[in-house]
Amino acid sequence: MAHPSSYQPGSRFESWLDARLPVVRVMYDQFMVFPTPRNLNYWWTFGGILTFMLGVQIATGIVLAMHYVPTSDGAFNSVEHIMRDVNWGWLLRYTHAVGASMFFLAAYIHTFRGLYYGSYKAPREVLWILGVLILMLMIATAFMGYSLVWGQMSFWAVTVITNLFSSLDAVIPGLGTKLVEWIWGGFAVGGPTLNRLYSLHYLFPFLIAGVVVLHIWALHIPGNNNPTGIDVKTTRDVVPFHPYYTIKDGFALVAFIVLFAAMVFYAPNLLGHPDNYIPANPLQTPPHIVPEWYFLPFYAILRAIPNKLLGVIALMSSITILFFVPWLDTSKVRSTRYRPIYKWFFWAFVVTCIVLGYLGAQPPEGWYLVFGRIFTVYYFAFFLLVMPAVGLIERPRALPGSITESVLGPEAAGQTVASRSVPNPPAPARKREEVL
Amino acid sequence: MKPWLIASFIVLAMPGTALAQQQNNNHAPEIAHQGWTFSPPFGSYDNAQLQRGFEVYRGICANCHSMRLLSYRNLGEPGGPEFSPKKVETFASQVQVTDGPNEKGEMFQRPARPSDPLRSPFANEQQARAANQGALPPDLSVIAKAREGGPDYIYALLTGYSDPPQGFELAPGMHYNKAFPGHQIAMPPPLSDGAIKYADGTKPTLDNYARDVSAYLMWAAEPKLEERHKTGAQVMIFLLVFLVIMYLAKRTVWARLHHRDATNAA
Amino acid sequence: MASHETPFNPSLMNDEEPTRRDVILIAAGGFAAVGAAAVLWPLLDQMNPDASALSLATTEVDISHVEAGQAITVMWRGKPIFIRHRTDQEIAKAKDTPLDDLPDRLARNANLPDDAPAADANRAAKDREPWLVMIGICTHLGCIPKGQAVGDYKGEFGGWFCPCHGSQYDTAGRIRKGPAPQNLAIPPYNFASDTKIKIG
Repeated sequence: MAHPSSYQPGSRFESWLDARLPVVRVMYDQFMVFPTPRNLNYWWTFGGILTFMLGVQIATGIVLAMHYVPTSDGAFNSVEHIMRDVNWGWLLRYTHAVGASMFFLAAYIHTFRGLYYGSYKAPREVLWILGVLILMLMIATAFMGYSLVWGQMSFWAVTVITNLFSSLDAVIPGLGTKLVEWIWGGFAVGGPTLNRLYSLHYLFPFLIAGVVVLHIWALHIPGNNNPTGIDVKTTRDVVPFHPYYTIKDGFALVAFIVLFAAMVFYAPNLLGHPDNYIPANPLQTPPHIVPEWYFLPFYAILRAIPNKLLGVIALMSSITILFFVPWLDTSKVRSTRYRPIYKWFFWAFVVTCIVLGYLGAQPPEGWYLVFGRIFTVYYFAFFLLVMPAVGLIERPRALPGSITESVLGPEAAGQTVASRSVPNPPAPARKREEVL
Repeated sequence: MKPWLIASFIVLAMPGTALAQQQNNNHAPEIAHQGWTFSPPFGSYDNAQLQRGFEVYRGICANCHSMRLLSYRNLGEPGGPEFSPKKVETFASQVQVTDGPNEKGEMFQRPARPSDPLRSPFANEQQARAANQGALPPDLSVIAKAREGGPDYIYALLTGYSDPPQGFELAPGMHYNKAFPGHQIAMPPPLSDGAIKYADGTKPTLDNYARDVSAYLMWAAEPKLEERHKTGAQVMIFLLVFLVIMYLAKRTVWARLHHRDATNAA
Repeated sequence: MASHETPFNPSLMNDEEPTRRDVILIAAGGFAAVGAAAVLWPLLDQMNPDASALSLATTEVDISHVEAGQAITVMWRGKPIFIRHRTDQEIAKAKDTPLDDLPDRLARNANLPDDAPAADANRAAKDREPWLVMIGICTHLGCIPKGQAVGDYKGEFGGWFCPCHGSQYDTAGRIRKGPAPQNLAIPPYNFASDTKIKIG
């Protein structure tokens, strides 16, 4: 990644280190002076928030792991031991549990930001794909983490979701069952299952951290997108990341933590389910098995399809379809700000996700099922029909001539009317440093 | 659409779905809200109430229900009933627990110590079922968090016994209860006026027993509630001040950009 | 404006007042530091012994069957406790030792002040001379000395012998020879009755 770096080592030690392992140089280039569009709004603060949340979950997770017992007899009691006897155990456990929800809240906002502003479009396709990969790893991690409590909901959620793989019996007889028994380590969910979920739950966050590094690397090649969706053209369009975005991200982070803390201290069980305070009982199924809120939309899609195998395929597709978004969307314009028709479909998609979330918590019968199916259709139609079609037929609004113009107005930016009549096509892959 | 409006909408969607989950227990009857000293954000337990609740548990409920996750010492720790150390010793030593094996290889009985868990009425699940016509009285350590409605529900259950309405088919050995999902519960009504005498002279009514033991069970499930509320207040105040400072700091830094723009434009 | 107007030079972006020390920024940094410290503390404190470990602070031992010349070992707070019912010869040997012969002249008895001397009366149980209650961990590097069992080699002084590096303790558990710096520690304890010792 050769590019001109303006870092000057400040001391002899810094020079010595820079010649051997240029970590300070990298930090300086990538997080201090990195040229960042000046017009990023608060939807851009969630990347930093997510990095913070990953740190919180890893830190609280590691200390919780010092006390947790991953056996079917000991797990539930060890969690209660943490809550009652371990110094600050109640705080660590509630932070970790509420933290998972806050992590997903930030991740979904961050993803919707990407969709709205076209951050997935060229040259940021790989950045987007890495993000979807992180989301999938998060889903797996959260699922495994919830199972560790070994309450009724933990146990039966694992049973139901792992049983989904038995749907492969419809493709090759016996394959699904063998696969499920391999996952379980037995003929039913039990101690061996719990132990391996614990091992993998500890591992995955470090895989996430690795992909996050790649994600930030992939971002820093073209540089950040911005609310206008048009490329950076001059130094007036950008500001150094520090101090402008360090302080703005810091402010947004504190606001986020206010919400996080309010939940941890005053409503720690609001997003949980009482049934998970009942120790797991393999002989008794809870009346309604519900996943945590962040899985509800996918759960609704799964149950909308009457066929077991097709339901599983729909569930998997509802996530994997995200990988193809850079190629499904045909628009020449990145930001939905300038896409008057697409805008409506986008918000309808947001509403769809929220409604599917509500429906995922209802019994899959009657009107709930009907609406579940309708909104599932729209969910897939948004990707498979709306994105390809609307981009082709829509007339976008006029784009501003530059980022600076969008912030300061045409005269202050020194633009003439003629120079901003052509909408900005998505740029070919060019590094930010080459432009500036 | 204003970004903050969108943000609020998305943020509210979260508890919205949580509430949806709650409403989803649509087989469960409506549970009335009671006023508890510990419900509000800065609420706390009433020590005297928790002490009375423990008396109810010990005198009535403990005959069938274990509370294995609690130890006698918890009864004296801050944030709970806060019995004196002497009382805690007394409660413990009045009870015989199994220990061993000794040098002869035998299990033996000895008085409980404060560090021991509360004695279970039955040695194991099978014994509990055998003594209760096949039904298993659940452990009550976290029952207040394991049921929708928490202490409100427990109170409603304990005061919800009545004769079944006209035409209701009650299975043999079951009892009608207004609050229990399905309205048929195996537990016979455990409370009645005058069942135990309160040490502090509070009126020995069913309603008082129900209230006090519900509060006690809430403490048993959440012994750290008071510490959590107290720490929370300190944290929230710190964060709100920090938030204001960060906002002002952000404005200060970004003012430099406006200065730069003004300079460049000149 | 053309695309390649000015070569990118970050210092050109710093034409804002570069070194203004705003009080608000210092306040922000201060709050962040306090917040970080407040977060760090629970992460560290959770490793300290938890409430259930602290509650197992007391152990009761039945000594009714321990005859003179016999010793038993019990666990207290995860450590072995040596309880020896000494014979008259053992007691006499301990009492006859002048304090000047002892490498460690302090009693190391948690039931007495820190400066109490290591006379046998300050090592044995109060008013129950034959009884010795000590933490059975060598004060050198933590091995468990031999001497509790009847057939054990008890060292030159008839007390305890540590097989790891050869420390030798006498019949009052005091270090006499070898690398251990201190006498075997005596935990807080008392006789709840003639047949029961309460440790901790």
